[in-house]
Amino acid sequence: MADSTGSAEAPEPAETRRSDGAAANSEIAAAFNDGPAFIPYLAVGDPSYEASKEYVEALARGGADIIELGLPFSEPIAEGPTIQGAIVRALEAGMTPNRYFEFVEDLAVDVPLVCMTYYNLIYQYSYDGDSEAQRASDASGGAASTGPAAFVARAAEAGISGLVVPDLPAEEADPLRAACDEHGLDLVFIVAPTTEGERLQSMMERVSGYVYVQARLGTTGTKSDVSDQTDRSLQRLSEWDVPKAVGFGISSGDQAERIVASGADGIIVGSALVDIVADGVDNDWSTEETAAKLESKAEELAKGATRGR
Amino acid sequence: MSTDHATETEETATGAGGDGKFGDYGGQYVPEALMPAIQELRDAYERYVVNNEDGFMDEFRRRLADFGGRPTPLQRADRLSERYDCDVYLKREDLLHGGAHKLNNALGQVLLAKYMGKDRIIAETGAGQHGTATAMAAAHLDMPCTIYMGERDINRQRPNVFRMKLNGSDVKPVTAGRGTLKEAISETMRDWAASVETTHYVIGSIVGPHPFPVMVRDFHAVISEEIRSQSRDQIGALPDAVVACAGGGSNTMGAFAHFVDDEDVDLVAVEAGGSSLSVDEEEGVAPNSASLSTGDEGVLHGARTKLLQDSSGQIMESHSISSGLDYAGVGPELAHLVDEGRVTPVAVDDDAALEGFHRLSNTEGIIPALETAHAFGYLEEYQDDLSGTVVVNVSGRGDKDLQAAIEETEARDVPNAPDMSMFSGGI
Repeated sequence: MADSTGSAEAPEPAETRRSDGAAANSEIAAAFNDGPAFIPYLAVGDPSYEASKEYVEALARGGADIIELGLPFSEPIAEGPTIQGAIVRALEAGMTPNRYFEFVEDLAVDVPLVCMTYYNLIYQYSYDGDSEAQRASDASGGAASTGPAAFVARAAEAGISGLVVPDLPAEEADPLRAACDEHGLDLVFIVAPTTEGERLQSMMERVSGYVYVQARLGTTGTKSDVSDQTDRSLQRLSEWDVPKAVGFGISSGDQAERIVASGADGIIVGSALVDIVADGVDNDWSTEETAAKLESKAEELAKGATRGR
Repeated sequence: MSTDHATETEETATGAGGDGKFGDYGGQYVPEALMPAIQELRDAYERYVVNNEDGFMDEFRRRLADFGGRPTPLQRADRLSERYDCDVYLKREDLLHGGAHKLNNALGQVLLAKYMGKDRIIAETGAGQHGTATAMAAAHLDMPCTIYMGERDINRQRPNVFRMKLNGSDVKPVTAGRGTLKEAISETMRDWAASVETTHYVIGSIVGPHPFPVMVRDFHAVISEEIRSQSRDQIGALPDAVVACAGGGSNTMGAFAHFVDDEDVDLVAVEAGGSSLSVDEEEGVAPNSASLSTGDEGVLHGARTKLLQDSSGQIMESHSISSGLDYAGVGPELAHLVDEGRVTPVAVDDDAALEGFHRLSNTEGIIPALETAHAFGYLEEYQDDLSGTVVVNVSGRGDKDLQAAIEETEARDVPNAPDMSMFSGGI
């Protein structure tokens, strides 16, 4: 597990800085230092707590530089059918925010972890146990026992390095950004093909860690072609000094190679991996079998990304 | 809630400033891909709806009259007035074209989409009333239209599915979750995220990201505008109370909008109490749709509002005998007016709503929608509180609900129901 105290206290100076000067999480910055970053996503708890843990560890063995861990929400409006399916399986198996943080603490991986979830779970968050973060909060007046501050405190304590919240636009993000700054977490924003002008500027002022470049319009899901909207988006962001990671639709090593060759600093892959988990469920594969397939898919994608350099 | 939640700018009740906030409620919590479309819509709303640019509102009102049949009557209900010893008036939105208030909003938004140069309409529907209204408006204004509808609702509201198809709309079943309105809204937002450059999303209630809640309210505000002038003409005064059922809250805010500043007019929002106001946390089910009475603050479908959710923030499956009220959230403006004490929320359960359905049908000759029937359940249960002049918004007619009403009546002991056994198995 990544050293959680490092992110909960004063972050070390990092190469990547937000334009307003706040330091980014040093572990995430470091993940982009040695060539293009491969950033896989899985929904935590899909199809069970134990199997999911094996799967995430397999991705780390397969060459993940950062892992996005989905915290399942009942109304995932940015997700296509594949990830919706994963979220339903995880919720049916009993995943909750507090269980999710236990999962993160249980993981035996040494890459930075980014929590991807929807704002209501952050807004409603209420810690149900005893923790350093909670005691510190209680000691300082206890204002943060619920909501964004409590969520981020608990995430930092569990070892999360950053957050992606697809239904939280930059305009509504100030409370969460303040909490992230306090705990040294990065807040990653998604730039869509439709994002231009002032909105782009407003995101540039608030983003840290990396920017999630949405390769095409629509919801998450694999596509055989990766849109030329990607090239245009990367072009628009060329002035930004945060790393640019491209997601939405990447499913093969060749696609990963192409995306990196066109200027991306990293690739984000979710649905193509969740498809393997779903196939495992449908075909009754053993946990080991599914984990092995995930590891080899991760290797293919990581190698593809490296070739594109 | 933590102090973070209280840092938003304060805005007055129905005003909603440029940021679309009603107190702490409202806002724009949507995926980034949709933000430019929402800003484009906000600009169009301000130009055409607020400022009547290019005569938009004039055309809207003309079409509401010619195509929709406005104004709808304000009618005294003689038997109910006698029963409750006060003057009960009915705002007959059931007589609007299509049989419900929904056309006000659908026509307004489809027309706005035309002014904006969009070439395709999408919409979600629960009971099918918004879907049929949107399909009618799209046919009337010659726009291609796709409607998302939960599979369970499709089964509950088959005639409305045919009506949409007859008007030339494509109806897409949504199988996720329990297959009701909540899932249909999520799925329509997904379509919009992919098609946003050419497509307008006609949302069906005062929910969703800004500017939808204020825009939909403004299109429905014609209801309270008419109630005001009709009650002055017919009664010589404003009513003492306005009562409307509330799911998402569009007929509610339509009936309340022009009375919000009249503190002497009581505003009562009648929610679906379902079978119980308690929740089953284990199953993630709230057997009601009473988000104003029992919900907690949260973020759903683009807005901060009152929601039915479990302790970790997962959205609950709601329930109501009427699919049009079957929604886990409510419009942010209504949530704010409840917190301010301006609107009184009450919950009426399935049984009382069904009794209200039969009472209006057999005493006044009006078969109400099961949604509307909740407002008549309120009159009966709270009759001791009624006095002076009470206006009830008859938000829709019940033709779409006949099969559900027969089945539900057979399954329950409804004291004022006629003998329906002759229909058993025959429908």
